[in-house]
Amino acid sequence: MLELKGIRKSFGKIEVLHGVDLDVRAGEVHALLGENGAGKSTLMKILCGIIQPSEGKILINGAERHFADYDQAIAAGIGIVFQEFSLIPWLDAVENMFLAREIRNRFGMLNRKAMHRRAAEIMRQLAVDVPLDVPVHRLSVAEQQFVEIAKALSLNARILVLDEPTATLTPSEVEHLFKVMRELRKQGVAIIFISHHLEEIFEICDRITVLRDGEFVGSCAVSGVDNDRLVEMMVGRRIENNFPAKVPVPSPAPVVIDVEELQLKKGGPVSRFQLRKGEILGFAGLVGSGRTETVLAMLGAGPVQRCRLRLNGTQKRFRGPDEALAAGIGLLPESRKEQGLITSFSILQNVSLNNYGKYRKNHWFIDLKKELAATRTAMAQVRVKAQGPHARVDTLSGGNQQKVVIARWLNHDMQVLIFDEPTRGIDVGAKAEIYALMREFTQKGGSIIMISSELPEVIGMSDRVCVFRSGGLVATVEGDQIESETIMTHATTGRVEHVA
Amino acid sequence: MSHDASTGAAGKTGGLTLGRLLQSPLALPLIGLIVVSILMGLASDNFFTLNNILNVLRQVSVVGILAVGMTFVILTGGIDLSVGAVMALVGTLSAGMMVNMGVPAAAALALGLLIGLGIGLANGVLVAWGRMPAIIVTLATMGMARGLGLIYSGGYPISGIPSWISWFGVGRIGIIPVPVVIMVAIYAVAWVLLQRTAFGRHVYALGGNENAARLSGVKTQRVKLAVYGISGLTSALAAVILTGRLMSGQPNAGVGFELDAIAAVVLGGTAIAGGRGLILGTLIGAVLLGILNNGLNLMGINPYLQDVIKGAIILLAIYIGREWR
Repeated sequence: MLELKGIRKSFGKIEVLHGVDLDVRAGEVHALLGENGAGKSTLMKILCGIIQPSEGKILINGAERHFADYDQAIAAGIGIVFQEFSLIPWLDAVENMFLAREIRNRFGMLNRKAMHRRAAEIMRQLAVDVPLDVPVHRLSVAEQQFVEIAKALSLNARILVLDEPTATLTPSEVEHLFKVMRELRKQGVAIIFISHHLEEIFEICDRITVLRDGEFVGSCAVSGVDNDRLVEMMVGRRIENNFPAKVPVPSPAPVVIDVEELQLKKGGPVSRFQLRKGEILGFAGLVGSGRTETVLAMLGAGPVQRCRLRLNGTQKRFRGPDEALAAGIGLLPESRKEQGLITSFSILQNVSLNNYGKYRKNHWFIDLKKELAATRTAMAQVRVKAQGPHARVDTLSGGNQQKVVIARWLNHDMQVLIFDEPTRGIDVGAKAEIYALMREFTQKGGSIIMISSELPEVIGMSDRVCVFRSGGLVATVEGDQIESETIMTHATTGRVEHVA
Repeated sequence: MSHDASTGAAGKTGGLTLGRLLQSPLALPLIGLIVVSILMGLASDNFFTLNNILNVLRQVSVVGILAVGMTFVILTGGIDLSVGAVMALVGTLSAGMMVNMGVPAAAALALGLLIGLGIGLANGVLVAWGRMPAIIVTLATMGMARGLGLIYSGGYPISGIPSWISWFGVGRIGIIPVPVVIMVAIYAVAWVLLQRTAFGRHVYALGGNENAARLSGVKTQRVKLAVYGISGLTSALAAVILTGRLMSGQPNAGVGFELDAIAAVVLGGTAIAGGRGLILGTLIGAVLLGILNNGLNLMGINPYLQDVIKGAIILLAIYIGREWR
C-alpha cells in the first residue's frame, strides 16, 4: 500500500537519512524502530510532506507521489498523530475534528448536527466512548489521542502514523488503544507504530522496520525475531569506548550541593541527594520522570513546592538562574535552540551573554577587545569549528552549538555545571569531545549533574547515578551497580517517597 | 604605478563595504530613504532646499524621540502603546505646575521627566513581574494617562508658560533647530547603550530568545523594567520639545503618535518580534516618515489620501523587507 524507496535527506552538508526503505501493507501494524536520533521522525516528516526528501520515492498503491506540504499528504490518505497533540484545547472533540473543514448548511452556517453525527459515527467505528462536547483539555491524554485518531480517520486516512502514542498512557489506556488499533487493522488501515517499548511491539505489531543512525537496517515479520535480536538490530555493534576513563573521586569528597528536601508538587514525592566535589552525578530516568523539573526547581527556574538545600554547607535559596549564576552554578539546558542559545546572535555574543562582568571598561561599557580575546580563548578551549567569533550560531552544527554553550560556562569560574541531555542530536565525534570537556572540568575540581536519557552515556560518564521516576528520586546507585539493568529496574518500577 | 595600486586597493575595499552595506539591516531603510527623497525632489522644487530639510528634521523630532524608547521595547519583543498619551500627560502636568502651582519652570520640566520615567517603570513592573502582556498593559496605561491629563486640565490647553521654554521647540543653535540637536543627542546615547553596554546586549538577547537569556542567568525582569523606563523617559523628553513648540500643555496632543513611532521602528528594519534591529535604522525610519509627510504636503495632496499613501508604503516596505531576508 505504501512504499518509501531509497529515501535520503540532508540538512546542509550533513546527511541524516542514508537511503531508507519502508514498505507498509494494508491491514497491518508496522513498527518503526530505532534509538533516539535514528531518523524515525525525519522519515515520518518526509512521509507527511512536512519536509522534502533529498532523494528517493514515495509510492502509494504503486503510484509515485510528491507531497509539497502536509495538506497534500492528508489528501492522499495519510494521517499522523504526533507526540505533541495538535488539538485546540478550548474546542470540543467535534470542533477539533472538523477544524478548517467544517460542514456547513446551505446558508453557510455551521451544521453542528451533521458534524456531531459524523463524529459519533467515527467514534463508534473506533469502539470508543469519548465525550464529544466538552473542551478537549478536560479529556484524559488517552481520550485526546482518540480524538486525534478520529480526526485522521474523518479525513479518510488509510495510512495512520502513531508517533510514540503509548509514552504517556497508563497500562489500561494502552490496552484500549491497542483494541482500537486492532479494530482499524481489521478495517484495512495501515498503521505505522513508533514505540520504544519492545513488549508492545510483540503484542500489537505484524512487521517491523529498524533504522540505526539514519541507515536502513532491515524489515521483517515480528514472528521471525525475538527480543534480543531486535535489540541487536537497533543498537548494532556500537562504539562505546568514547568515554574518558573515570577517575576515582577522592573519598570522602566534600559535598558541594546538599539537597535536603525537594518537592515539586504539593503531596508529590520528595527527593534528597548530594553532589560531591569533582564528581559527575548522573540523573537517569524515563522521559517525564522529573529530572529536568528537579534541576529547574533547585535553581528557582521552575515550579517548586518545597526546596531546602545547602551550598558548601550554607543554607541557600535561589530565586532564579541569575542567583544560581552568582553562586557559581550554571545550567546547560536540554534544548539548545529554545533554551540555550540566542540563535540570532554570533558566537561571541552568545559566549559573553552572561559574562560581561569580566570585561568592563569604565565600569559601564563593554571592553570589546577583551571580549574578543576571551571569546577566542574560550572557543579554542572547547574547539568550536567555525569561521570565527562573529559567525552566527544558527549556522553551526549541533555539536558546535553545544560547544558554544559549554564555552559560555567555562568562561566563568563555575563550581557546578548542570548538563541536561548534553549530547542530544550530536554526532559521535563531537560527543567524545564533549565528554572529554566534562571530565576535564571535574578534574579541575568542578562538579557536574548530568541528566541523560541515553543509558550508555549515563553508565559511561557517571560516578554515581540518581534514578528518577514519577517526579521524584527513587534510588542512588554507585560503583558496580551502575549498569543498565539495575538503573532500568529502578526507573520503571522504583518507589518514590511521598510526603503529605 | 602607485596610482594603479591605490585605486586597486580602493576599489577592493569599496566593493567590500558596498557588499557589507547591502547585507546590513540598514541597507533597505537607507535605500527607501534615498528613493523617497529623490521622488519628493522630483515632485517638488522646494524639497531639496536646506530650509526644508531642516524643517523636516524638526518636524520629525518628536516622533523620532518617541521611537527611541519604542526601539528598546520592541527589541525585547514588547510594545509600548502609551508613549503618545504619556507625552501629553507630562506636557500638561509640567505646564500646570508652572502656571497653576508656581513651581519654577526648570523644576517643573525636571519633574515632568521623572513622571514620564515613573509611568514607564510602572509599565515595566506590570509587564515583568505582573507577567501581563505588554500590549494590554500599555493600552491600559495609555488610556489612564490620557484620561488623567484631561481631568487635570479640564480638557483645555494650559498656556502662560515662561517664554524661554519655546527655545526647546523652535530655538536654533547656529542654523540647526534645537529639537534636532536634542534628538540626535538622544540617538547617540541610545546607540552607546545598545552597542557598547552589557544592558544593550541583554536587550537584544531578550528579543532573540527570552527563555535562553533567563536560563543563562540574565536578569530578564530588570532588563524589561529598564526598557519600559527608557520609553517613559523618552516620551517625557518628547513632551519638553512639544511643550516648547506649542507654548502650552496640550492634553489632547500626540494622539496616534505611538503608531507613528512603531512605524518608524519597523520601517527602520527592526523586527517587530524583537531581537534584531539598529537604533540608526529607527532614525532613518523616522526621517523617512517625516519626508513622506512633508513631501505629500508640498505636493498639496489631500490629507486623507496622505494617510492612505503612508499606510500603503509601510505595507510595501515590510513586504520587501521580508522578501529581502
